[in-house]
Amino acid sequence: MKILLEMKSEVKYIENEKETLTLGKHISRHCSAPFVIYLSGELGMGKTTLVRGLLSGLNYEGNVKSPTYTIVEPYELNNQEVYHFDLYRISDPEELEYIGIKDYFNDNSICIIEWPEKAKGTLPQANLEIEIEQYQHGRKMTLVWKD
Amino acid sequence: MKVLGIETSCDESAAAIYCDKDGLLSHKVYSQTVHSEHGGVVPELAARDHIRKTLGLIEDALSEAKCSKDDVDAIAYTAGPGLAGALLVGSMMGKTIAYAWNKPSIAVNHMEGHLLAPMLEDSAPKPPFVALIVSGGHTMLVDVQQIGEYRLLGETVDDAAGEAFDKVARLLNLGKYTGSEVAKIAELGDKKRFKFPRPMTKTRNLDFSFSGLKTKVLYEYQSIENPVEQDKADIAWAFQEAVIETLVKKCKLALQDTRLNALVLAGGVGANKYLRQRLAEELGDNSVFYPRIEFCTDNAAMIAYAGWWNLSQGRKDLSLAVKVKPRWKLV
Repeated sequence: MKILLEMKSEVKYIENEKETLTLGKHISRHCSAPFVIYLSGELGMGKTTLVRGLLSGLNYEGNVKSPTYTIVEPYELNNQEVYHFDLYRISDPEELEYIGIKDYFNDNSICIIEWPEKAKGTLPQANLEIEIEQYQHGRKMTLVWKD
Repeated sequence: MKVLGIETSCDESAAAIYCDKDGLLSHKVYSQTVHSEHGGVVPELAARDHIRKTLGLIEDALSEAKCSKDDVDAIAYTAGPGLAGALLVGSMMGKTIAYAWNKPSIAVNHMEGHLLAPMLEDSAPKPPFVALIVSGGHTMLVDVQQIGEYRLLGETVDDAAGEAFDKVARLLNLGKYTGSEVAKIAELGDKKRFKFPRPMTKTRNLDFSFSGLKTKVLYEYQSIENPVEQDKADIAWAFQEAVIETLVKKCKLALQDTRLNALVLAGGVGANKYLRQRLAEELGDNSVFYPRIEFCTDNAAMIAYAGWWNLSQGRKDLSLAVKVKPRWKLV
């Protein structure tokens, strides 16, 4: 017998930055460690803004710096860790082994990964996949929840 | 006292010898080219290339300075912030050489190196001053009461200024996707065609935000049908103008708030000609200090100098363990 993964997909249309932050907050209510999010979208689509909203939903109010140059930005919250990755500069998935990526995925962590396709095969399955695209003057965000 | 400096925190391998009596004796830099086809620095490639190049640079720096290992009194190496793998190469080399030569070693903060780079010039600034450190990974304003005594005045809340330049190069599909290509093409741009917002300049706060500017660039670029080079140049100009005006405004504000009158410009974006020109216009030539262009980008001269300064304060490595600090904060 085939076991089908249960998937729930939803599409949100976003007008502006404020709504992006609100959606991020909304998403955070459904994330509890261990949790993995794949976040896709071109430059300037508001990925960092969405992550800022998500972190604020988890009661983090500090700066949310881009992880482009550091590969990963860690956030220590009350009882869980959040790691924000940008894998754009990874050329070979093997590199992720060298930076010890497996250590970041633990029972106590929420991992948000931009450019997950750069890490083919080395990342755990996502619990949520988010794709951001431009739609008229706003954004279309497709959320696919996997359980 | 002669200090050998080693720098490998990102994509430049470098070695230099600084002498507290005679100044800088030599400095050698190799800029990695292995990343050009990837549109950005690839961490693993960087580390591997440092292994290949750094020892040769150290030998060259020693011979140019006419030093043997016996003339060197200490070894300074960058221990952070930077890419973990890349930092490990320089740190391991620094400590190993120190052990083999039986000399002390010292871990140097890369940002402190940048901040002190203008000290290598004849017209070195005297603290207190405000430093704007602006590069691919950092954008911060620091109150320097004296060397070693730093207070953070403001920093970027998202993208660094240099990172914004790099990403705009990607959005506009410019050459090798480096920020310097944006600055280059901006020179040909129409100064009136576009105007982008100056992020976070309406408050008196000294923080920066450059992430939203990318989105503006993207929208303008997309709104042009079949964009040609001139369109890119016009957008690049407006983008550069927005970033630089923001930096200049915040520098002026920082000087007002601290009641200081000297500004030190450091870091890779400090090489931007237009930024230098605008700061000199707004603050006056005598108030702005910056290192020569080659000391804005990553180099080991600043690491040797910062290492010497820390050693002169009685600091040195206390164990042989190699520990890098990819997120080492200056303040």
